[in-house]
Amino acid sequence: MVSLWKLYALFFKMGLFTFGGGYAMLPILKSEAVEKQKWISEEELLNYYSIGQCTPSIIAVNAASFIGYKLRGIAGLISATLGVISPSLIIIILVAALLSNFTDNQYVQWAFGGIRISVTALIISTVIDMWKKGIKNFRGYIVFLCAAGLLWCFNLSAIVIVILAALSGFIPDFGSKKQ
Amino acid sequence: MIYLLLCWEFFKIGLFAVGGGLVTVPFLFDLAEKFTWFSTEELTDMIAISQSTPGPVGINMATFAGFKAAGIFGSLTATLAEVLPSMIVVYFIAKVLAKWHENIYVNKVLAAIRPAVLALILFAGWNIAKITVVDYKTAGVLVALLLAMRLYKTSAIFYIIVSAIIGVALKI
Repeated sequence: MVSLWKLYALFFKMGLFTFGGGYAMLPILKSEAVEKQKWISEEELLNYYSIGQCTPSIIAVNAASFIGYKLRGIAGLISATLGVISPSLIIIILVAALLSNFTDNQYVQWAFGGIRISVTALIISTVIDMWKKGIKNFRGYIVFLCAAGLLWCFNLSAIVIVILAALSGFIPDFGSKKQ
Repeated sequence: MIYLLLCWEFFKIGLFAVGGGLVTVPFLFDLAEKFTWFSTEELTDMIAISQSTPGPVGINMATFAGFKAAGIFGSLTATLAEVLPSMIVVYFIAKVLAKWHENIYVNKVLAAIRPAVLALILFAGWNIAKITVVDYKTAGVLVALLLAMRLYKTSAIFYIIVSAIIGVALKI
């Protein structure tokens, strides 16, 4: 059984290397929690993201809480969540107190330019990896294309997309035995 | 007293901001208008800094706002209050899921949502790409990184460190 301290430490590490929002954390969760630690499956990770779209949440905290709870119950939930928020607390307090012009530094800006590109590449690569787990049949392709269309054309909010997709689950399959 | 107020305001943000960290931005602007903790100009800077420091951006913004309002204990209060609703909600959902995870309808709905979440993730990637991939140099780095990721499956953290170095070396 994974110790609470290890949960805290690994989520600390994941929080530390997340630059941006919850989506930027997905590739890190996939490589650390799914592939290295084998705590959860890719399907479970996608489920957490689905649920995170329609519940009150910082997605990073949601994912940490779900994984922590799965491994060690409520104590695991608390230590994983504290782990993922600790780097922010330390770094932001330092930046706010001492280095408020830290982001004006030219080297920091260049480094972040690079990091943002790799976050983009990591997200694309993660979607490619998860494609097979996320889209298993013709119906899946239709849902993906509809969701993509609604996002790119109308910029609909995530919660609307998720609710529409959930409702589509109740449409019966016609002429196909595969679910 | 200010800690109680911070606790209440950030608990509300955590409860009503559905869908991730950046959704909290309009709530923070409300705080800037309602209290004297920080001005809207300061808030704009805080958001920019939160996006370019390590840590999930929603947590960074809460920590920053709490610090501006009441120092170190302010940032602890604001951040913990903001994540508390998530923790409570996840606790109940995780309990329900553990009980119902073999239910056919629960699985149908989750399976139906997963393709849509892939689209959402790709869209998030697209939105980041729009502001980062601006010329041949950045496009070249994106393609090179993507190829490397597909060929050599090392950890995401490795690529983040490498790309920071590339960023400095190429002055991106």
